[in-house]
Amino acid sequence: MKRTLLSLVATAVMTAAAYAEDIKPAIIYDLGGKFDKSFNEAAYNGAEKFKSETGIDYRDFEIANDSQREQALRRFAKDGNNPIVMAGFSWSAALEKIADEYPDLSFAIIDMVVDKPNVRSVVFKEQEGSYLVGVMAAKASKTGTVSFVGGMDIPLIRKFSCGYKGGVMATNGEAKVLEAMTGTTPDAWNDPVKGGEIAKSQMDQGSDVIYAAAGGTGLGVLQAAADADKLAIGVDSNQNGIQPGHVLTSMLKRVDVAVYDAFMAAKDGKFETGINVLGLKEGGVDYAMDDNNKDLVTEDMKAAVEAAKADIIDGKVEVHDYMSDEACPY
Amino acid sequence: MEFLDTLIVLLQSTIRVSVPLILAALAGLYSERSGVFDIGLEGKMLGGAFAAGAVAAITGSAWLGVLAAIVVAVALALVHGFASITQRGNQIVSGVAINFIAAGATVILGQAWFHQGGRTPPLSGGARFTTIDLPFAAELADVPVVGAIYTNLLSGHYTLTYIAFALVPFTWWVLFRTRFGLRLRAVGENPGAVDTAGISVIWLRYRAVICCGILTGIAGAYLSLAMTAGFVKGMTAGKGFIALAALIFAKWKPVSVMYACLLFGFLDALSIRMQGHRLPLIGEVPVQFMQALPYVLTVVLLAGFIGRAIPPKAGGTPYVKER
Repeated sequence: MKRTLLSLVATAVMTAAAYAEDIKPAIIYDLGGKFDKSFNEAAYNGAEKFKSETGIDYRDFEIANDSQREQALRRFAKDGNNPIVMAGFSWSAALEKIADEYPDLSFAIIDMVVDKPNVRSVVFKEQEGSYLVGVMAAKASKTGTVSFVGGMDIPLIRKFSCGYKGGVMATNGEAKVLEAMTGTTPDAWNDPVKGGEIAKSQMDQGSDVIYAAAGGTGLGVLQAAADADKLAIGVDSNQNGIQPGHVLTSMLKRVDVAVYDAFMAAKDGKFETGINVLGLKEGGVDYAMDDNNKDLVTEDMKAAVEAAKADIIDGKVEVHDYMSDEACPY
Repeated sequence: MEFLDTLIVLLQSTIRVSVPLILAALAGLYSERSGVFDIGLEGKMLGGAFAAGAVAAITGSAWLGVLAAIVVAVALALVHGFASITQRGNQIVSGVAINFIAAGATVILGQAWFHQGGRTPPLSGGARFTTIDLPFAAELADVPVVGAIYTNLLSGHYTLTYIAFALVPFTWWVLFRTRFGLRLRAVGENPGAVDTAGISVIWLRYRAVICCGILTGIAGAYLSLAMTAGFVKGMTAGKGFIALAALIFAKWKPVSVMYACLLFGFLDALSIRMQGHRLPLIGEVPVQFMQALPYVLTVVLLAGFIGRAIPPKAGGTPYVKER
């Protein structure tokens, strides 16, 4: 009797929950945390936008280390969260497992392709956005030397670096592009001390515009550039306001749009799986202009960047994708 | 000339990155020479960095930040002292616990107070340290070689940098030329003898641990107030452990500690500088190799070149008055 009653209550609660709201969206951030002012924060902003527009609350989680990935994902799947969005390529291994175990749930992963019937893979053409900021960097540089600071040394970050180089070289064939990676472990996303030191080393070698694609490490790069009265370029989110007057522009990667779209599609019952590639054309990447950098960007720079943007959208200029052949031709 | 310029820039970077190592390693020196092993240097530095970032952000004063860092690091050091001296617990376990507490507490408190994901607000103006130029630096800049070394290498560092380097001879003097130093070393080698002489082993060790706290606090403040502008979670990134390695490497001697830290710092600076550069004959050296180099060299040097490193005899064992 007791057991029947208990299961009755349990069923009642479950149905109530199911009717109360149709979807229970969830998002899991990558290492670096949701307030990294960069990649994860963009994802967070997308989720917040969804919440404020629809009034549907979402669950989120910040992992503290790599071993928590599968556990966190399974926990969310077990609780019936749907859809579950994962920010970051590092989730692929965990997702491949869990996607099979919960075929009824929808998943979305950003920055990685996971080939499962219930997974939407969102990837960006970072090389195109990086190309644009490269064009601007080459125009803004007085020394003819610009540089790049990457986070963890992985093909995805090389993709940023390669696009940037392409943009610089297309604008000024004589330019010199220095590049350095912070490290080879995930800690490299969160080491502003080392980021600052790399930036200083590059400035000593003549660089006066530094593009940082390094998550939390990038904050140290921006700081070092501001201290030395040089220019930096932010990444993922609009970082122009972090060191106003010293951030030339930011390469926007609309992770927020990807998250928002995934949640919205699920809410409308139109969640599509498969690969979703967002480039300049789709508005997935761009460069940032606002009050903080409008005095830094001259008309000449803006015209050059806009021209490059139009060429890429038209297909006149094809920016090389490092991940297609693991090489950079520029 | 170009080679000299490159070298100077490289050495300047070396000085910047080795300061926290020197401070932390000297901190470990006081503690371990008195017989208290301290694996919690990392945690104390992190606690100090957080306290410095938080207090500097609120008060707008970098020096108050340093003071707060010292207070927090000494408090953590006293916890370690209480566990391992008074309670005679395992010093390694207590040290590891300090590291975990600091790693977790800094993020939680930071999130609760500032709502920026465990970071402290970015600092500017008087809330952080700026570099100072030594007198006549600008005038001497044009003198060949000497001018370049003076202006670019010796001048233009943070106050804490000069303090750190001044602490090296100071520590040597304290340990080897004062009564306190003699007793401190004795208590690490043979606490029984010190006790027989009527000196309190417990109180001596506590004082050593407090010295350790003060120095790790300064090291933490250097990270969050000088090298960057604000605390970021886990910003020590293993520096406490590298300092510990440097301490062993230098066989627990202050001046050698400085050289060991400078060597580690130099390798770090070199690995940053060498990325993407072509060397004659070899071509471009892979990033991974350059980044592994400090560790490889440590192992090689420790294995074959510097001989045995013998720790203080009574290190790691709590003192029991009567058996």
